[in-house]
Amino acid sequence: MKLGLLFSGGKDSVLAGFVAKKYGHELSCLISLLSENDYSFMFHTPSVSNVSLQAEAMNIPILVKNTKGEKEIELKDLKSVILKAKKEYDIEGIITGAVLSVYQASRIQRICNDLGLEVFNPLWQKNQENILSELIENKFDVRIVGVFAYPLNKKWLGRKIDKQYIDDVKILNDKYGISIAGEGGEFESFVLDCLFFRKKLIIENYEDYEDGENSCKRELKLGLVDR
Amino acid sequence: MKTILIISVCNESLHELEFVKPVSNILDELNVKYELKYYKEVINFEEYSHVIICGTSLQDDYFLDGMEYFEWLRKYDGKVLGICAGMQILGLLFGGDITKKTEIGFYMENFPSDFLGVSGKQEVYHLHNNCIHNWKDTGFDVCCVGDGKVAQAVKHEDKEFYGILFHPEIRNKEMVKRFLE
Repeated sequence: MKLGLLFSGGKDSVLAGFVAKKYGHELSCLISLLSENDYSFMFHTPSVSNVSLQAEAMNIPILVKNTKGEKEIELKDLKSVILKAKKEYDIEGIITGAVLSVYQASRIQRICNDLGLEVFNPLWQKNQENILSELIENKFDVRIVGVFAYPLNKKWLGRKIDKQYIDDVKILNDKYGISIAGEGGEFESFVLDCLFFRKKLIIENYEDYEDGENSCKRELKLGLVDR
Repeated sequence: MKTILIISVCNESLHELEFVKPVSNILDELNVKYELKYYKEVINFEEYSHVIICGTSLQDDYFLDGMEYFEWLRKYDGKVLGICAGMQILGLLFGGDITKKTEIGFYMENFPSDFLGVSGKQEVYHLHNNCIHNWKDTGFDVCCVGDGKVAQAVKHEDKEFYGILFHPEIRNKEMVKRFLE
């Protein structure tokens, strides 16, 4: 089936696309909403301007739509870009990286139902530690680019999701209830490389921004190299 | 000893990660053994004490063209839980009529009396475009009626057959656990 991947550049959306490909589906295009609102109801924002470079690394066309990130306008913008993907790339369905958010998932379900499109949520209700383990098993290079909850701080920015990372975040899960895969919005991630990338991204430079001790972001300046 | 069968009606196997896996995860949590099969497979139902028929996506109603694969339900004397599409299959097989009704997301439903361990107002997760609107003469009692008089939960008068229109594997896992007791 020809599918469009709702794409934030983070681990969940890339993993969802990876799983869909493993099941034999074609990723016809990526669909990204660039929110001007840091507190978007639906979408990640860190390093989202780098998604075009990720699309190039995957060799998959991307549709990018800017949105003000206000609750209902965001949904209209999402619907219009999904409709565009349906017309331009003849997609029959959408893949999302939704795991736990019924808010996010049910709104996408409504939009796609109106447009007569299938929705695939391959990570739906998946155990969060299993998500991270699957990333490691499949050689994803995922970096933390934002932290938004106590006791996370700027020391976590740039960390790669590996076994040590899982061990460390599990301690915070036990002590402070930090979601292991960041499903509560505690942290955000960015994928530099994975098995279905044709090229990989490298970090050439970065700039960190702090909005309090436990709210920090890293803007990545990226390059593209052969794998 | 309990032998549990989980049946997928998903036309696309990728959908099983969303509609079947969360159900099997509950059984994994309980450390209960089960088998997973696609509804068109040849199955010896006598081997199983419990059968769960899972739901599928909003756009997927291909199973409605394959009702002959569910004829075994007429003779089956074990326990059956039909979730969403599974409830529609139970209704159709026993003489109900299917109609369009779209509900997506969280809703509050009221259970006047105990149904698989829940009663009173419950938040449930809906994801369907169809429902059974006429349960009269099907042999099922309607145990919960939602918005627009849609039957949300049914139980057969004589058999241990249960139908749930919403997805208990998302917010009402205890109902699946109770069914397995």
